[in-house]
Amino acid sequence: MAHDTHIHVRSQAEFEYAKKKRAEEMRGHLATFAIMIFLTLVAFTMVAAGFSAYLIVPIILLLAGIQVILQLYYFMHMSGKGHGMVAFFMFCGMFVAFITVLALVTIVWW
Amino acid sequence: MSSIAQKKGFGATIWDFMTTVDHKKIAILYLISGGFFFLVGGLEAMLIRVQLATAGNDFLSAGTYNEIITMHGTTMIFLAAMPILLAFMNAIMPLQIGARDVAFPFLNSLGFWLFFFGGIFLNLSWFMGGAPDAGWTNYASLALASEGHGIDFYSLGLTISGFGTLIAGINFLVTIINMRAPGMTYMRMPLFTWTTFVASALILLAFPPLTVGLFFMVFDRMFGASFFAVEMGGNTIIWEHLFWIFGHPEVYILILPAFGIFSEIFAIFSRKRLFGYTALVFATILIGFYGFMVWAHHMFTVGLGPTANAVFALATMIIAVPTGIKIFNWLLTIWGGNISFTTPMIYAVAFIPSFVAGGVTGVMQAIAPLDYQLHDSYFIVAHFHYVIVGGVVLAILAGTHLYWPKMFGTMLSEKLGKWTFWFFFIGFHLTFFIQHFLGLMGMPRRVYTFGADQGWDLFNAISSAGAVLMAIGVIILLVNVVMTSIKNERVGNDPWGDGRTLEWAIASPPPFYNFAQTPLVRGLDTFWIEKMDGNKKGMIYAEPLGDIHMPNGSIIPFVISLGMFIASFGALYFLDGDKPWALAVLIIGLVITFGSMLVRSLKDDLGFHITKAELLEDAKGGNTDGH
Amino acid sequence: MDINQRYTPQSWPEHPETATMEGKNKFIGFWLLLAAETVTFASLFATYLALKDKGPSGMEFSAAGLFELPLVFAMTMILLTSSLTSVYAMYHMKNHNFKAMQAWLGITVLLGATFLGLEIYEFNHYVHLGFGYTNSAFSSAFYTLVGTHGAHVLFGLSWFIALMLRNAKRGLNMYNAPKFYLASLYWHFIDVVWVFIFTVVYLMGVIG
Ligand code: HEM
Ligand SMILES: [Cu+2]
Repeated sequence: MAHDTHIHVRSQAEFEYAKKKRAEEMRGHLATFAIMIFLTLVAFTMVAAGFSAYLIVPIILLLAGIQVILQLYYFMHMSGKGHGMVAFFMFCGMFVAFITVLALVTIVWW
Repeated sequence: MSSIAQKKGFGATIWDFMTTVDHKKIAILYLISGGFFFLVGGLEAMLIRVQLATAGNDFLSAGTYNEIITMHGTTMIFLAAMPILLAFMNAIMPLQIGARDVAFPFLNSLGFWLFFFGGIFLNLSWFMGGAPDAGWTNYASLALASEGHGIDFYSLGLTISGFGTLIAGINFLVTIINMRAPGMTYMRMPLFTWTTFVASALILLAFPPLTVGLFFMVFDRMFGASFFAVEMGGNTIIWEHLFWIFGHPEVYILILPAFGIFSEIFAIFSRKRLFGYTALVFATILIGFYGFMVWAHHMFTVGLGPTANAVFALATMIIAVPTGIKIFNWLLTIWGGNISFTTPMIYAVAFIPSFVAGGVTGVMQAIAPLDYQLHDSYFIVAHFHYVIVGGVVLAILAGTHLYWPKMFGTMLSEKLGKWTFWFFFIGFHLTFFIQHFLGLMGMPRRVYTFGADQGWDLFNAISSAGAVLMAIGVIILLVNVVMTSIKNERVGNDPWGDGRTLEWAIASPPPFYNFAQTPLVRGLDTFWIEKMDGNKKGMIYAEPLGDIHMPNGSIIPFVISLGMFIASFGALYFLDGDKPWALAVLIIGLVITFGSMLVRSLKDDLGFHITKAELLEDAKGGNTDGH
Repeated sequence: MDINQRYTPQSWPEHPETATMEGKNKFIGFWLLLAAETVTFASLFATYLALKDKGPSGMEFSAAGLFELPLVFAMTMILLTSSLTSVYAMYHMKNHNFKAMQAWLGITVLLGATFLGLEIYEFNHYVHLGFGYTNSAFSSAFYTLVGTHGAHVLFGLSWFIALMLRNAKRGLNMYNAPKFYLASLYWHFIDVVWVFIFTVVYLMGVIG
């Protein structure tokens, strides 16, 4: 197991660069957040406005799906390096989640 | 280490096992407790067969009979078969990939103790007012109507041990993903490691629905919820779905590691590389996937409608294809091999026709219209015993013989091993083959007796006789264990002489730090490659000898599990009017559990180091990786 | 790994959460747990959907009549914002700025606690209307789904608080960086679940 971690001191230039990149990434996160707030607003407004359920339901589900993708891929960095297995298992989990929900809304005998 | 070779007092040994985080010792704990529960479940099976040996028997009352079949099934699946397989995974898989340890030694121990206390809790029901009696499937319509606390023991006990299994699954997955030795690519992993991987993935995704279902059951029965209470708007079909969404993957959680053990055996004792390694790997993964799409074949007669039945029937038939692929690969591995019929090998050879028979009846049941005839008859009983006993239990027995020297450093007797085999194998077919016909003749499952005029006497008597033979086989195995332990002839690294994978390149039993130097893997069957190259040192190593970091033992996993165990009694008696102490017990238990978790997270536990000097000292004492 | 090893922003690795073997293991293990949690919540959602508006004959409660959106909207905004503040905390963690990280985590905890307070208020309100846990299959399913999420929020809060207190004097090191990182992953996951709760339970509930 863990042998002592090797400490690597970055050069000033490397350090500055990494810092700048992180700051940029953070700005991206802010934009992501703005989108999430916007999507939420749209969903709530649609319901408050009282459109037909057949219109609203698929759209708000889609909006929820987009928000989840944003959380996973931006806030939780699922596309990052070393996340291959992570993504694989998350998608397997989502697949099982999907068929479970599908079964219990379609074939429970009412 | 030299210190571990010293004789320890009995108390110290017990304490050592209670606090151990060493995967090899945890394996022994799993093997002993799983073996114990296997005997308990076996005893229950014998009682069932005694009751059914003659028509109109009154050896057991109808109520007791229901308790016994429920506990038999539950014990065998959750407390015997799975833990024994977890024992082999713990003992062998980290060695097969050349890992220093599992990824989470502490959690490994926690997983074991949760399973252990859950199992004890469940079995205490016998002494505390009656065991569960709604079948191992615990269908809600029956379970909610069951009086007494049996069902509560079932739900709480399985919840606890289910957490343990989930932890074990995550631990193995991370171990395999992160801790493989240099050169051990995914496509060089031995098949037992592969099947451990896929079975663990199934555990990861299949146990949550069960846990949720059990939670609903607990809340319905103990806290006044109404998920399944029809008069309150509940729906009992929800339980069936949640149970089988878990339940079908569960049967693959059992059979895949069994496939893994047999794959190792076929290669070792045919002295040949596995035929179609890649196909075997992909078949394993495919089975894992399909395993989640077929659960409703257990519910054909519920009335889900023709569309649902057709979809699930088709999916079920498809899953037989990768299974068939595996069978052919094994046959072609044996083909042209230089076979030695050791005890593990005869189990493996006997497994093929037995399991194929179970697979064929499975495909028959997958034909939905035919299943209306077969469902809930003895035909089903015959099917699942052919796959579970003919597959999983044969693998467990084979694995016990195969890995015993690796785990304990001494061989089981081959002679007694073959006696066990013949008694068990003949007894097995005698017991269950005839049950197909009982089913076709209309005998329903889960009824405590039958009439003399129904024409089922003779076949049932034969079936019971077979059970006696199986029991004799198991007793011989126990004798074998005792006798060889007393003789205790020590064996070397590779006691079978034909080991192919890394676990055979290390001492038996391995030192507690596993390989002193992490080996370098040069291909599939890596130890075999070194042997063929005439490597005298055993393996090529990927690193120089150096200090090794090891985790400290800890009693905390035991205490956390004990807290859950205590809390369960509180939950169990919560709604009983006459037990005001129940709430206090619930709270005390939870305080113990969360308190010890807190201690764990606040106290840094950084482990210790074994120095190079100690390793060298140890190597002189004979604990080497080479011969 | 030496727990007393001091780091400067310059020697602090790019990915401190996976810089050690322990960190890597925890990282993968925790994500796997999230995959299992996904299935857990799916089972709860599925059951809720199957039991929505189901109760003893003549039940007076229904999702459309019960739920009120303004409160849910406020809760949603609070939790979403707390997701962002935890991102800020991790931003500073990676910059090895311990003080700023603690501050942002503090804000996250406050927001989370507010969310939880509102949820308790909401449940309390329903119970006073007579919609208790044992009222019907619908109420059991509703409280179990939303309550399980609430329990996750509570656990997440306790986790953050424990980490903040435990490490207040020690600062960031290779031993606790993965823990902070995972706690914040957990927090995002809680948010993911909430997105589905407000959509499926509340919005779709109000529509009828
Ligand atoms: C070729 C693969 C298989 C197929 C097509 C198959 C099909 C089926 C079907 C359709 C049923 C439901 C019958 C009924 O209740 O009416 C069933 C029951 C069962 N199968 Fe299989 N099966 C297969 C393999 C396995 C394996 C590998 C195991 C275990 C290791 C297994 C264990 C069971 C059990 C335990 C039951 C009975 C559950 C109960 O009702 O208590 N099956 N099988
Ligand atoms: Cu099945």
